[in-house]
Amino acid sequence: MKIKVAIVGSGNIGTDLLYKAKRSTLIEPVWMVGIDPNSDGLKRARDMGLKTTHEGVDGLVPHMEADQIKIVFDATSAYVHAENSRKVNEKGALMIDLTPAAIGPFCVPPVNLMDHVGKNEQNVNMVSCGAQATVPMVAAVSRVQPLEYAEIVATVASKSIGPGTRQNIDEFTRTTSSAVQKVGGAKRGKAIIIINPAEPPIMMRDTVHCLTETEPRKDEIIESVHAMLKEIQKYVPGYQLKNGPVFDGRRVSTFMEVEGLGDYLPKYAGNLDIMTAAALRTAEMFAENMLSGKSQPARAA
Amino acid sequence: MDIKGRKITLHDMSLRDGMHPKRHQLTVEQMKSVAMALDDAGMPLIEITHGDGLGGASINYGFARHSDQEYLKAVVPHLKRSKVSVLSLPGIGTLDDLKMAVDCGASTVRIATHCTEADVSQQHIGISVKLGVDTVGFLMMAHMIEPDALVKQAKLMEGYGANCIYVTDSAGHMLPGDVTARIAAVRAALDSKTELGFHAHHNLGMSIANSIAAVEAGANRIDASVAGLGAGAGNTPMEVLVTVLHQLGADTGVDLYKIMDVAEDLIIPLMDQPIRIDRDSLILGYAGVYSSFLLFAKRAADRYGLSSRDILVEMGRRKTVGGQEDMIEDVALDMARERNEGKRKTA
Repeated sequence: MKIKVAIVGSGNIGTDLLYKAKRSTLIEPVWMVGIDPNSDGLKRARDMGLKTTHEGVDGLVPHMEADQIKIVFDATSAYVHAENSRKVNEKGALMIDLTPAAIGPFCVPPVNLMDHVGKNEQNVNMVSCGAQATVPMVAAVSRVQPLEYAEIVATVASKSIGPGTRQNIDEFTRTTSSAVQKVGGAKRGKAIIIINPAEPPIMMRDTVHCLTETEPRKDEIIESVHAMLKEIQKYVPGYQLKNGPVFDGRRVSTFMEVEGLGDYLPKYAGNLDIMTAAALRTAEMFAENMLSGKSQPARAA
Repeated sequence: MDIKGRKITLHDMSLRDGMHPKRHQLTVEQMKSVAMALDDAGMPLIEITHGDGLGGASINYGFARHSDQEYLKAVVPHLKRSKVSVLSLPGIGTLDDLKMAVDCGASTVRIATHCTEADVSQQHIGISVKLGVDTVGFLMMAHMIEPDALVKQAKLMEGYGANCIYVTDSAGHMLPGDVTARIAAVRAALDSKTELGFHAHHNLGMSIANSIAAVEAGANRIDASVAGLGAGAGNTPMEVLVTVLHQLGADTGVDLYKIMDVAEDLIIPLMDQPIRIDRDSLILGYAGVYSSFLLFAKRAADRYGLSSRDILVEMGRRKTVGGQEDMIEDVALDMARERNEGKRKTA
């Protein structure tokens, strides 16, 4: 038996997520929700046998109980997320938020997903592509010893960054630096995003610089970084450590590249792939818990 | 366009771009004394921030000696005529940084993006317009695209509300013909009320010629830096530009002798190394690489026993853009590993 899920948002992210969810042994996508009847994502979903609606989340809600939808992904926009989440929670389903709305706690799977599962959260937020690619490496160093500061630089292909992110570039820097602190465990955090238009498009590149409070414990950090790498590669096989950890005084730097699976999005869009992969991973861990009977999402009061 | 009698607004870069060769370590006192001397010389605009703009303080670009706020608060109250500008790259600087700078008295805000990514500037240009400041769109690495493509990007920034658009030769790669083609195309496409600016680097020794070409093609704001203090082989040397513009009969409002004296008496003594076209800056210009990579490449070359020229050429081959300083160490590590593997094979 699989946990039944719905995907709200039939754009690039939602459609890529659909491809990944179809392969899951723990969840089964049943509904795909869009607002444009002619969208490619809805067409593909219909071809795969999903139920679809182009009437937004309101087209889904009346069917959630009958179709036993327990988890809903929101891949729309921050502006409508809160309303979508309220409606879905009312039907007793968990909301996984891929928008920058961040009304629920940040979820970076290899760092804090199991805490959220344990607390039976009803809305978790996937932060940003930059955070999914870098915060685990901040945490890999901070679990060894305290960090005075951490800084991440995410460089992405111009073609992989949509108009939403471009118009709200500060949302990226703000939420990502916040996650570097809250989830990564650094006392202070900074996030930088660089958009590169090279053709052919570059793979997503990420650099994580940490400043340890005391002399870095090199061997433990190296071991921790490699252990974290393995955790991430479980759900993002194209996540690679290109260089590092490099030690320079109290600075510890790691250099990563993220290649996507190329499901619906092109392979260079590792930044989008890591979001959908992390969201799927999140759904699967919650689903596993639901299937084991440990928890059912609580109905909102 | 005849230069004689035209009013040209000069914009000094020594306290912003000049932070690159100073590794962002200028003291508040140094900033203050240079800014006051520029003010006295009649400089209309002076840019002040970390070399990489607001919020540039980082491991990636280097921490400045003081915060942007500390520099601005120290300098602005002492200026009688000069106005202060700040630079911000969306993705590095934030809206909060912009508001802080305007609160501190900055009256010009320049929003910089890579030349193909103007749509990332919408939010920041929008806020600057709302704050009521002189708002500039700054298209970096403008040598990388053709004039018609650059026009589209300039129009986006103009559409968001920028009242001045800059063509920025961040790599010091352009020749006068490249400048003329770009400025003329943008001039023809934008509203006649929108000002045009040009920012050069001296990596191929063309900064004065390029700046004059820009003025002839319709630009009326020109960036330059006293004694050239700036990234790579420096910016257009201000005292030279002022002299040439005076010879051509332009009206800059800048006192020739006083600006020469700022260069000689204040800027030259505070240089950590001569700002000149050394082999690395020449490669920056030739390979079309972002000028502030220079010192990072030199440091990585020292640390990993490599040639800084090879690193810079590889940065160019990888089509890096402004802000990708993190790739320099990454590239150096790759090159060092390849070298070591090569040694092992031959051993």
